[in-house]
Amino acid sequence: MIPNTFEYTAPLTLKVALALIGEGGKPLAGGMSLIPMMKLRMAAPEHLVDIGRIAELNYIREAGGELHIGANATHYDVESSPLIVGKCPLLAETAGHIGDIQVRNRGTLGGSVAHADPSADYPAALQALEAKIVLTSATSQRTVAVGDFFIDTFTTSLEPGELVTEVIVPVEAGLTGTSYQKFLQPASGFAIVGVAARIRREAGKITVARIGVTGVSGNSYRALKAEAALVGKAGSDAEIDAAAALVGEGVEAGADLHASAEYRLHLAANYAERAIRVALSRTA
Amino acid sequence: MTQTISVTINGKPYTHDVEPRLLLIHYLREVVGLTGSHIGCETSLCGACTVEVDGRAIKSCTMFAVQANGASILTVEGLADASGKMHRVQEGFWNEHGLQCGFCTPGMLMVSKQILDRNPSPTETEIREGLDGNLCRCTGYQHIVKAVQAAAKAGV
Ligand SMILES: Cc1cc2nc3c(=O)[nH]c(=O)nc-3n(C[C@H](O)[C@H](O)[C@H](O)COP(=O)(O)OP(=O)(O)OC[C@H]3O[C@@H](n4cnc5c(N)ncnc54)[C@H](O)[C@@H]3O)c2cc1C
Ligand code: FES
Ligand code: FES
Repeated sequence: MIPNTFEYTAPLTLKVALALIGEGGKPLAGGMSLIPMMKLRMAAPEHLVDIGRIAELNYIREAGGELHIGANATHYDVESSPLIVGKCPLLAETAGHIGDIQVRNRGTLGGSVAHADPSADYPAALQALEAKIVLTSATSQRTVAVGDFFIDTFTTSLEPGELVTEVIVPVEAGLTGTSYQKFLQPASGFAIVGVAARIRREAGKITVARIGVTGVSGNSYRALKAEAALVGKAGSDAEIDAAAALVGEGVEAGADLHASAEYRLHLAANYAERAIRVALSRTA
Repeated sequence: MTQTISVTINGKPYTHDVEPRLLLIHYLREVVGLTGSHIGCETSLCGACTVEVDGRAIKSCTMFAVQANGASILTVEGLADASGKMHRVQEGFWNEHGLQCGFCTPGMLMVSKQILDRNPSPTETEIREGLDGNLCRCTGYQHIVKAVQAAAKAGV
């Protein structure tokens, strides 16, 4: 369980970090995914650039009807920030479902999205929130919609030399209810299936429905058909069930030791139903 | 190639030259000689290696010692106060038989402290969720939960 040797640098500014990463340095954030891989020697970076000491990546602030969260915010920061709990409760609730206290104390939002584990929790919420990811390199900065950021298992649109520097989520308007429901793999705590629902109900009718799904296939996604089935409805039990049944429609579900493809799809419908029901109960 | 790190452990300053790949748990046990923190799995799952770094409970088998440079670390050896009076989580584990073989105990104590520091009167469910990252092969957890409850009571 001893990693290969590597060079280690811990820059204090983003500028220096981006220069080192541009030269091929490998970012190290909370280390909750990278260090286990290095110990198993599935990863053997030659130069680790520890971005954990860069204070400019550590902030949570509100601007222009959105929350801007620096990449270094830990899962615990996200789960406990009064601003996120109050204005984007779906993200805080989701963070609280990740791993355990010790993992949440070190793992970061930026590291989790960059890693793009197919069973990670955040992607479901970020899909439902239509979040934006800010990617910065030594020479450029761009903002990417979450749907374009996550490409496949452990694959994102991050280019070499780029860092995830910020995640942007909306401030929830009133009348919107949200919920994240997860079926976890008991040993690791990762999601076998996780569904985030975000629903707005006005004058008794659903006007906006967003459903993000993780764990089912190699990539997180928005369940567009289930969303469409909810819009215009009051949200009766039968309507919820009918929408939830569409959550895996057209998705090629993955299969592994823990769950077959068929079982994953079954769970997805079940957990979607729960997430929609709880989200609706919170729309008041 | 080694790098120099300076840390404060249980109130005492230390400076050492370490290889970047040295894990914090190996640093604590083998370099500093504090063997209270245990290595159960070395794969981030059992929590036996839990220590506090700048007030946050972490798994020291999943952090490099160089990442802790400049930090203040608290290990199980530092839980009791200077006069030797045990911390209330230690009292709780003692009184409620929160251990059998004791292997998981250092980590259980450290995470229990974190649970109570953040939430002085947790429900049983909150305690069990808080202990999620720590495995015990002996007790069946019941007495550990009772120990944390006793410690919570002692704190109010
Ligand atoms: C026991 C255990 C249980 C866990 N359970 C869960 C769970 O239930 N749900 C869940 O979602 N996750 C879980 N995780 C993973 C955890 O959430 C990690 O924190 C997360 O996947 C990675 O974040 P990190 O900050 O630790 O990144 P690191 O491990 O430091 O980095 C991960 C990868 O991202 C790259 N990287 C890091 N930061 C950036 C950045 N800002 N820009 C570009 N690239 C970057 C690194 O180079 C590396 O390739 C668990 C981990 C452990 C050890
Ligand atoms: S030894 Fe660190 S978690 Fe098991
Ligand atoms: S008391 Fe033996 S492992 Fe917990």
